[in-house]
Amino acid sequence: MTAIQMGTAIVPAATATMAVRSPRAPQRTRLPRLLAGAGGPCELREHERRYGPLPGRAGGRRPERLIDVAEAAGLTGRGGAGFPAGRKMRSVAAGPGRKVVLANGAEGEPGSRKDWLLLTKVPHLVLDGITLAAQAVGADEAYLCVHGNEHVLLDRLGDAVEERRVAGLDPVPVQLAGLPGRYVASEQSSIVHYLNEGPAKPTFSPPRPHERGVHGKPTLVHNVETLAHLALIARYGDRWFRGAGLPSAPGSMLTTVSGAVRRPGVYEIEMGTPIGQVVMGAGGTAEPLQALLVGGYFGAWLPAEQAWQVPMTHMTLKAAGGALGAGIVIALPAMSCPIAETARVVRYLAEESAGQCGPCVLGLPALADALGHLAYSGGRDGAVDDVAALIPLIEGRGACRHPDGATQLVRSLFRAFPADAHRHQLFGACEGVRRPPLLPLPGDEERDWDWG
Amino acid sequence: MTVGLRVNPIACAGHGMCAELLPEVIELDRWGYPILASATIPRALAEHARRAAQACPTLALLVEETTGKHR
Repeated sequence: MTAIQMGTAIVPAATATMAVRSPRAPQRTRLPRLLAGAGGPCELREHERRYGPLPGRAGGRRPERLIDVAEAAGLTGRGGAGFPAGRKMRSVAAGPGRKVVLANGAEGEPGSRKDWLLLTKVPHLVLDGITLAAQAVGADEAYLCVHGNEHVLLDRLGDAVEERRVAGLDPVPVQLAGLPGRYVASEQSSIVHYLNEGPAKPTFSPPRPHERGVHGKPTLVHNVETLAHLALIARYGDRWFRGAGLPSAPGSMLTTVSGAVRRPGVYEIEMGTPIGQVVMGAGGTAEPLQALLVGGYFGAWLPAEQAWQVPMTHMTLKAAGGALGAGIVIALPAMSCPIAETARVVRYLAEESAGQCGPCVLGLPALADALGHLAYSGGRDGAVDDVAALIPLIEGRGACRHPDGATQLVRSLFRAFPADAHRHQLFGACEGVRRPPLLPLPGDEERDWDWG
Repeated sequence: MTVGLRVNPIACAGHGMCAELLPEVIELDRWGYPILASATIPRALAEHARRAAQACPTLALLVEETTGKHR
C-alpha cells in the first residue's frame, strides 16, 4: 500500500461564495479541526494549551447534557454506519445500572488510515471524548481498542493514559485493549465478545451491545473519530460544529484517499464535499481514472464521471448505490481491470470470514472463485451468471454484515462496469489484469491469523 | 399475533432437518443451509414450525411469537 502521508484540510472553494446567510446561522469555521493539533507534539500539556482543559469537570452536575448537545450538533458515527451518535448515547444511558464505553480504533479496512492518524497525532482528543462519553452515559468502565500488533501505537497510548492518570483527568480510567488484526474483529459485537473473554468474532443478535455488552452492561461503542468530534463539541458547542458541512450532514470528517492520486493520505474535509473535490485536494489524478471505490470494501464502485459531483454524505452515496463507510476514496486508473481488482478483494474478504456462518464460509470463496474465473479465464458463456447467481445465496445470511459487504461490492462492480464484465465473458482477460494490484490489501506477513 | 421464524446462522450446521419438516417455508441452498421464504409464517404452520425447531440438532431454528407490533 502507498505510504500514507499526513494530510491537511481540503477547504471547498464553494464556502467562499456562500449565498446570503441568515444572521442566526453559525459562523463558518475553518478546517482543520480534528487535525489542527496534528502537526505539533501530542503531549497532554500541548493538547490543553491548544484546546483548553477538559470541559465539564467544574460544572459536572449534569454530564448527560452532552447528549443533548451531540444531538443538536447532528453528529453521526464516523466508523461506517453513520448512526446518530447522540441517539446511541441516549439509548445506552437509558439502560439499567452502570455502563461501559468502548472506543473502536481497530481499523480493519485496509484502505483506511484515519483512526491510526488520530490516535497517533491527537490521542488526547480521543481520550477526552472517551471520558466525556463515560460521564454522559454513566459508565464505570472504559476501553480503547486498537489492533494488538500495533505495538508502537499501544506504547504511545499507554504513555498518554499515564499522563492523564497523573493529572487526575479521567474518573473512569481508560483501559487499552489489543484486538486480533482480523477484518471482522472490529465489528462491534466481535469486540464485546473479545472483552468478555471470547474470540474476537461476531455474535448472533439480539442482544445488541447497547442492550447487553461488555460484562453484561449496556455498552456504548463509538469510533475514535466520533469521540474526538465529541471532545470538540463539548468545548465549542453544537452551533460551532454545524459551522462546517451541510445542514443535513454537519461537521467535518476524515477521509483516506489512495490509488491514482498524486498525494495519497488522510484529509479532513467538510461533510458534503463533492468526491471530485476530494480527489483534487489529494493532489489530483495521477493518470486518467475510470472509477472510484468509495466507502472501502463494504462500499461501492462508482464510475468516475458519475461520482465526481456526488457529495460525501451517507444519504447521497446511498442514493448513488454506494456507501460513505469510514470515508475511504480509492481512485482506479483507466488502465486497471476492475474485475481483477474486485476478485482480489473478495478473496481477501473470504479469507477474513470468521468461519461461523455457512453461507459466508462457503459462499465467499465460491464468489471469489467465480469472479477470478471471469477476470482471468473468461471467454465462456455463463461466467457473469455464475457470479450473479451466488449473490442471493450469500446476502443477508450471516450473523454480521461481512458477507453483505462483499456482495454489495460485487453488485456495484456489475452496475459500474457492465461492458467490461461482458467483454471478459466473451473474450477472456483484458490487458488490465497484468497491471500490479491497486486496491490496498495487507501482505501475508502483515496478516494476523489468530482470533484470540 | 404473528409467528416469526429465524435462523441463528452461527449455530446452524446445515443438517437440513428443518427443510424436511417445514418444506412449505424452508428450502436448502446448494450447500445444504436453509433459506426461509419469509420471516413470518401463517398460524396454521406454527405447530409444524415448533416441531422443526425442536428437531434441529443445533437448535438453530427460532420460532418467535410476537404481538404483531413492530419491535
